[in-house]
Amino acid sequence: MPLLSTQDLQAFGLTLRLAATVTAVLLLLGTPLAWWLAQTRSRWQRPIAVVVALPLVLPPTVLGFYLLLLLGPHGAVGRLIAAMGWSALPFTFGGLVVASVVYSLPFVVQPLLNAFEAIGARPLEVAACLRASPLDRFFSVACPMALPGFITAAVLGFAHTMGEFGVVLMIGGNIPGKTRVLSMRIFDHVEAGEYLQAHTLSLCLLVFSFAALLAMSLLRPRRQERD
Amino acid sequence: MTELLAPNPRQRDDSRGLEATLAWRRGALAIELDIALPVRGITALFGPSGAGKTSCLRAIAGLDRGSNGTVSLGHEVWQDSAQRLFVPSHRRRLGYVTQEANLFVHRSVSGNLDYGYRRAGRPKHIDRDALIDQFGLRPLLGRRVDALSGGERQRVAIVRALLSDPSLLLFDEPLSALDTTARSDLLGQLETLHAALAVPMIYVSHAIDEVARLADHLVLLDAGRVVAQGPLQATLTRLDLPAALAEAVGAVIEGTVVGHDAHDHLTELAFAGGTLLIPRRGDVVGQRLRCRIGARDVVLTHERQSGSSALNQLRARVVAMAGADHPSQCLVQLDAGGSVLLARITQRSWHALALAPGSEVWAQVKAVALGT
Repeated sequence: MPLLSTQDLQAFGLTLRLAATVTAVLLLLGTPLAWWLAQTRSRWQRPIAVVVALPLVLPPTVLGFYLLLLLGPHGAVGRLIAAMGWSALPFTFGGLVVASVVYSLPFVVQPLLNAFEAIGARPLEVAACLRASPLDRFFSVACPMALPGFITAAVLGFAHTMGEFGVVLMIGGNIPGKTRVLSMRIFDHVEAGEYLQAHTLSLCLLVFSFAALLAMSLLRPRRQERD
Repeated sequence: MTELLAPNPRQRDDSRGLEATLAWRRGALAIELDIALPVRGITALFGPSGAGKTSCLRAIAGLDRGSNGTVSLGHEVWQDSAQRLFVPSHRRRLGYVTQEANLFVHRSVSGNLDYGYRRAGRPKHIDRDALIDQFGLRPLLGRRVDALSGGERQRVAIVRALLSDPSLLLFDEPLSALDTTARSDLLGQLETLHAALAVPMIYVSHAIDEVARLADHLVLLDAGRVVAQGPLQATLTRLDLPAALAEAVGAVIEGTVVGHDAHDHLTELAFAGGTLLIPRRGDVVGQRLRCRIGARDVVLTHERQSGSSALNQLRARVVAMAGADHPSQCLVQLDAGGSVLLARITQRSWHALALAPGSEVWAQVKAVALGT
């Protein structure tokens, strides 16, 4: 018997595809959000920062439950999607992406926010006095200076999505090839008493997580040197 | 002053420089700025620490939006609070240089220099190569900025600002974070720049020697208020300046180098009131040079002294006298052949010499007091 079955490999591939998609979406959404949180003086800054941070403390099942209600055929978003003629999100890959984006949002926004705040006002003012418009300053000063933050955000977002279970279970079900991700596959193996397979997959995740965090901590001292 | 008001080809407007009437609060300090600056030349914004100098510069640059009033440069209105008009900093065409160079750490030296130059559209009338050479930056172009010395950083910051084709230069204590050697080098380069400068500059400083060597026009600031403004020489020799500025008052003589004494390392400077011997600065004959004579460094006598170590003795006439910040002292305004001098002497000496407006005196100045 091979170490990894076709189903295991399928789950592996699906998980990587999910994590990559979610990371890309999160960087696209999280960057303007973190920039806004870092720059604004609006009184909504704090409440919105708290909403972004909520998935850190909420049980994933609670989050998944509400998302299921919201995205389901009777939920506000679900009805909107149906009205636009799209297929429903729950129990699809798209649903997994949406749920994972919400769930991993703080892991991307927080490092970006920290990185943007660490730049301070000065370099941006200097750029303004050298004729750079606000958007120009964002791309030519803020983003390059926050590069270590982007790397941290991408690694954390990717790794966190790889390992999630509760949200994925609630919103995705456990459909082979469609929504059955690695963590779910491990759960199935353990339930079926297939400890060797569970070991193999678990070890894969463990090694991956270790490598991701190690890579991040290796990147950190370099950032301090630069500052 | 007038000889510096040469026609400026780049300024569409002719007669009006920066005009600012602004009021705002910075913590406990209420700042009121009301200034009208010449079209050309360097205006020093001078005053003690905490007078609000940097705040004024930031308000003019549009970096702090809390102020109320108007700011305009020539015909361009930058701020008019009554009309709710506020032009953001990036459209004001500024060249802002701060105490710390604030270079972009993610760019090389040439990346920093070209940041504003590119955004200004690489204007034809700006000679990028000449500026780079003038400030000795050629060998540094490929370097990372964190490998530069303090003086090098500041030179990069200055050229970066000049390359962005500014219509107004704002320099905020650009020399105060430098060591003595770097400071004196850069001060010399700024003097050279001054002569070639086509746009007005506001130069914030609390060091009177920088102001005396660079500025044409002076705005004196104390506790958030403009206490005096006008041409440099006339303003620094006023008798009614507040006590906080007492150390700064004195004459600034602008003269021509007529010779050097190589043996004694002295430079002879001719000006309207005679000649001065000053410690050699390495200047060439014929060059215009400025020299500050602090009010504290002037001794008054009735007769020309033969047995004095003071190398400079100038014939002068007493114009006016006013009490100084300490009751024992007074400030005497003198006219030396058209140049105004200021002497700070004791009330006792004033009476002992029986001085009065119109008295003829000799003003003695130690060459040692006239710069290093």
